[in-house]
Amino acid sequence: MEHHIRLPLTKECAAAIKSGDAVYLTGEIYAARDASHKRIVQLLSEGKELPFPLQDAVIYYVGPTPAKPGQVIGSAGPTTSSRMDAYAPQLLRLGLRGMIGKGKRTSEVVAAMKEAGAVYFGAIGGAGALLASCIKSCEVIAFEDLGTEAVHRLYVENFPARAIIDANGENLYETGRRAYLESDS
Amino acid sequence: MRVVEADRVTEAVSRLCIEANCRLPVDVKSCIEGCHAVEQWPIARDTLGKLIENYRLAEADSLPICQDTGVVCVFLEIGEDAYISGNIAAAVDEGVRQGYREGYLRKSVIAEPMFERKNTGDNAPAMLYTEYVLGDKITVTVAPKGFGSENMSRIKMLLPSDGVQGVIDFVVQTVEDAGPNSCPPIVVGVGLGGTFDKAALIAKKALLRQVGQPHGDPRYAALEAELLEKINALGIGPQGYGGQTTALSVAIEHLPTHIAGLPCAVNMNCHAARHATEVI
Repeated sequence: MEHHIRLPLTKECAAAIKSGDAVYLTGEIYAARDASHKRIVQLLSEGKELPFPLQDAVIYYVGPTPAKPGQVIGSAGPTTSSRMDAYAPQLLRLGLRGMIGKGKRTSEVVAAMKEAGAVYFGAIGGAGALLASCIKSCEVIAFEDLGTEAVHRLYVENFPARAIIDANGENLYETGRRAYLESDS
Repeated sequence: MRVVEADRVTEAVSRLCIEANCRLPVDVKSCIEGCHAVEQWPIARDTLGKLIENYRLAEADSLPICQDTGVVCVFLEIGEDAYISGNIAAAVDEGVRQGYREGYLRKSVIAEPMFERKNTGDNAPAMLYTEYVLGDKITVTVAPKGFGSENMSRIKMLLPSDGVQGVIDFVVQTVEDAGPNSCPPIVVGVGLGGTFDKAALIAKKALLRQVGQPHGDPRYAALEAELLEKINALGIGPQGYGGQTTALSVAIEHLPTHIAGLPCAVNMNCHAARHATEVI
């Protein structure tokens, strides 16, 4: 199935998305990867305010290349999500509804996703130029000193992604491969 | 003796950093397009189509194919009758700095791995390998290496009794364990023999071989073909969503080794199998 989604990602909207579905996201998402996750969790432990509201938010695991003059952003494909697995459950419990990245997640993350009603989306790894063309604005909103790892607020239009793990814990990395191997192709 | 100013090495490295990151080699592109043409599984075909769209866009607009513009591996083949005037390593690093600045490429290198992990800010230093060859030319190869795939690479000191089957089992298991993480369709470089360190180096060098070009020794060529078939039978598919295109090619390089050993290194590369070469 195909979904055209307007963000933020509500619980109802997330529940309608099934593993394997193609989605096109429009609205605000937040770019954050290793170092910014570490700082976000640090802020939480100190009881401080976060740079963006987590409720119904979608985080994109990305560290873009620098924008050339006149560009909104440089190449901006996903990074490997597993490095954020240590932080994701805590953010999911606070309302995070979607994550965009690539690669496997731990069972702890999947359990937290099921509890939170959240979805893990895959963007195509190594398609940085194509994905950048769907990003219409980009602004650093926190941790500017981290450079490419700073938290960026991105406005995306029809950003193509694939639901890998849905809110029921169904996982395309398992079912997709199995379905192919059981087919006649 | 031919004298070459180190500045020329800097200029070549700078140009090659930009070229390698924005333009995929012709052999890699034609292999992906060939796989797209025969891939039957719909989600896999769709994914390969988007990869093609991506590298065409990158090439047309001089954008990096992938945002992970990598750590730069530089291979210098220096002719014995050539003399580079100046500090070679400094010249290479300066080329990386210039290329990554002028090409708007991402700076992903940190100075120290354990405690501070502070970014050097200019993507230097390069991982530099020099080798002496016949003649008076200098061949410069730049291969930016992303870490999504690098992190899934493995080495194992197999025993001689493990033999061909041991190599097959280890390589296929490494690819299976990596699953979607190394951004399939992948290029698999295998280094056999040498020592612990040399096996890894030749596995990396294997990634520079033209995709689809078999090893010169028919026994190794047959092993490459068998590995490719077994890897693609895993069904992992592009991005791990399922399909027949898990790997584009397997390239093996080998070295003499000790009577007691069979080192086996597997260096994984993503579909953005980037490298570019220039002869000075």
